[in-house]
Amino acid sequence: MDAILSLEGVGKIFPGVVALSDVSLSIARGETHIVLGENGAGKSTLIKLLAGIYQPDSGTIAFNGAAYQPKTPHDAQQSGIRIVHQELNLLPYLSIAENLMLENLPRRAFGIVDRKALNSRAVTLLKEVGLDVDPRTRVEALGVAQMQLVEIAKALSYDSKLLVLDEPTATLTPPEITRLFAIIKRLKAKGVTIIYISHRLHEVFEIGERVTVLRNGRLVATRDLHGLTVPDLVRMMIGRDIADEYSFDDTIVPGKVALSVANLKRNAAAPAISFDVRHGEILGVAGLVGSGRTEAMRALFGADAKLDGVIEIDGKPVAIAAPKDAVRHGLSLLTEDRKGQGLLLDLAVDKNITITDLSKVSRNGLLNRRAEAAAANGLVGQLRVKASSIEQAVRNLSGGNQQKVVLAKWLFRGTSTLILDEPTRGVDIGARREIYQLLWMLAVQQKGIIMVSSDLPELMGMCHRIIVFSKNRIVGEVPRAEFDQERILLLAYQEYVRP
Amino acid sequence: MTETSEPLVSAPVSPGRAKLLRFLIRDAGVLLALVLITVFFSATAPYFATPDNALKIFVQIAINTVLAAGMTFVILTGGIDLSVGSVLALCTVVGATVMIDEDLSPAAAITLSLLACMATGAVCGFLNGWISTRWKIPSFIVTLGMLNMAAGAARVVSDNSTITGLPQSFVDFGNLIIGGFLPSIFLVAVLVIAAGWFVLRFTVFGRMIFAVGTNDEAVRLSGHNPDFYKVAAFTISGLTAGIAAMVYLLRLNIGSPIAGVGYELNAIAAVIIGGTSLSGGKGSIIGTLVGACILQVLSTGLQLLGVGDNFKPIVIGLVIVLAVILDAYRERLLRRIR
Repeated sequence: MDAILSLEGVGKIFPGVVALSDVSLSIARGETHIVLGENGAGKSTLIKLLAGIYQPDSGTIAFNGAAYQPKTPHDAQQSGIRIVHQELNLLPYLSIAENLMLENLPRRAFGIVDRKALNSRAVTLLKEVGLDVDPRTRVEALGVAQMQLVEIAKALSYDSKLLVLDEPTATLTPPEITRLFAIIKRLKAKGVTIIYISHRLHEVFEIGERVTVLRNGRLVATRDLHGLTVPDLVRMMIGRDIADEYSFDDTIVPGKVALSVANLKRNAAAPAISFDVRHGEILGVAGLVGSGRTEAMRALFGADAKLDGVIEIDGKPVAIAAPKDAVRHGLSLLTEDRKGQGLLLDLAVDKNITITDLSKVSRNGLLNRRAEAAAANGLVGQLRVKASSIEQAVRNLSGGNQQKVVLAKWLFRGTSTLILDEPTRGVDIGARREIYQLLWMLAVQQKGIIMVSSDLPELMGMCHRIIVFSKNRIVGEVPRAEFDQERILLLAYQEYVRP
Repeated sequence: MTETSEPLVSAPVSPGRAKLLRFLIRDAGVLLALVLITVFFSATAPYFATPDNALKIFVQIAINTVLAAGMTFVILTGGIDLSVGSVLALCTVVGATVMIDEDLSPAAAITLSLLACMATGAVCGFLNGWISTRWKIPSFIVTLGMLNMAAGAARVVSDNSTITGLPQSFVDFGNLIIGGFLPSIFLVAVLVIAAGWFVLRFTVFGRMIFAVGTNDEAVRLSGHNPDFYKVAAFTISGLTAGIAAMVYLLRLNIGSPIAGVGYELNAIAAVIIGGTSLSGGKGSIIGTLVGACILQVLSTGLQLLGVGDNFKPIVIGLVIVLAVILDAYRERLLRRIR
């Protein structure tokens, strides 16, 4: 096989997390290679290594017969590797043509942009991706799908030898996907090698020849797609033995309904969502990233606006317009973005913990630092937060310890129902277990617990029940007795599979 | 993965030592700079190291210190208040108008005048905060608008003229030097700083100011209303502009619609030199006092050295920029310790 790109034992470590470990992989010249994996499997890290955004901590990459060590995205482009990222990187207030050729605008004398050449070249590129709009249109006026096509056209404007497409169809409609596939096939015919990352398992058979599956930062296998089925892929993606990692405690019997949500609608277009969680119950919420899980939880908590819906706590309807209402009624939210939304990074551990209820450590508006230190030290000890002292800034703690601080701040407040959005993301295995233990303890104390996670084995190990989101709706509810990875994952993909 | 910029966990420094280092880097750094500058001018500038000159400096920093105290609250929440100079002007004419009312006894007139000054300032500040949070407009823009509105209002109230004829007892108090070393208006400034220090350090409200400036979204999701604290910070800044107007009346004995031009920039400079971060959440009001001292010592010292009025602003401008550059280094040092 004539390999255009080969990775040998590539690894990448972030504080507290091994993102990629010992990945060896080779991509044949001219093939369309599919890369699959669950959220957090290491796909994005892999792409960022190729894009020159990260550098590997171990292993080597060879591209086109030479060692490949890009230090910046510019280096990657110079070598002929072009990446279309999932998040679009267009400049909204410039025209399509300017965006397409931003890095190499055609010029006349004195550096004046040659508009004629710019626009005519843009027309050619747009025709290639089948986008019929005036290249002078400002990008902000385009829809997301059109922007996606502009991104692809931009990648084509360079002589790319290897094109990486990261979930290009996530925002496209079926006819647009058909067109995209036609473009991919045309590029392939021209000899361009393509790495294609997607969550839509059905479509990969249409364009790919081989598939590589990643799981937990490790390579599971590279196979010919021919002869494989969707369930085969799903099995490769999850296939982890979960029995020994979790010890579900079936002595915990859920009691009365703690929190019920009925017909929660975020906006006019969003479907209505209903679910409930009982005291002492851990309710799992599964679904792909972007399936509306986080948005539903935020709307419920009052963090984002909602249009409609009835929220009942212990059978009594409550009005939640802002997070402070939710907190007053005993709800707690551990957000998926720990650093951006959960913590006061530059403040010390104790100040982060007591922020949820300073009235407990003050009198007449005056802080009692001694009481605050005592409370913080108590929780730090209970949750085994590893910090040099409670005066250490949380910025300098590891991911797992930061997450414990977020949990501590809600325990300090006292909570009746805890909503956890990706509580173990970026958390090492040791701290992860401790967090699980803590959740069990809270369940024993009859708290209601809602656990949103992309880690399916984790949910199956922890929860009494799992509800599954797919494209903003709840498409199913699976009781513990019927837990089955394949079934849940297929439910999660349900609304994304093309008819 | 968003773990890229996370520093590796640093070698733990013992809490006691960390505390000391933190103090040295955060607060003592500016203080040291003030001492060095003072020593430098004492050695080089004639007449600088005299009791008279020291008194003069204390008198001169009073207004800026009071303004900068309120400004510290606003900047700690991540905002900026450009309106304090012209709010001060408006307050001086309102205050002076009340004070020269002949139907009132001097004591009543002075008391009412003080209340009127503080109320006028607080209302302006409240409007700044309320408008910028209610419509999510950057405070830079809102307070720029208020700068113009307050300046216009000052002219309307005073009919575009200077107001004189303040009660003699008031003027006397302004000239008073307690114990021969403490000018009354400097005492006012020190009291304002002390009050601010107490609030920021020992109260729940003060804690919330820091928290909002550090991450207002996290504060909101913890069950608070960050806008309340932002509005309060602006109201405090308006209130201190009102108090500063009173100090202005004590010192210059006139209410003037053209007072306070450029004062906001001096106040901001004092806060920044004092080590408070423009992005919010970090800083101290003691630093602000030291920052105000540094500015005035520089100004007076340069003048005494014979540096012309044309060159003086160049040097002061350089010092402000230098202070911010040093602040960036200081942050890095602090992060390594914590």
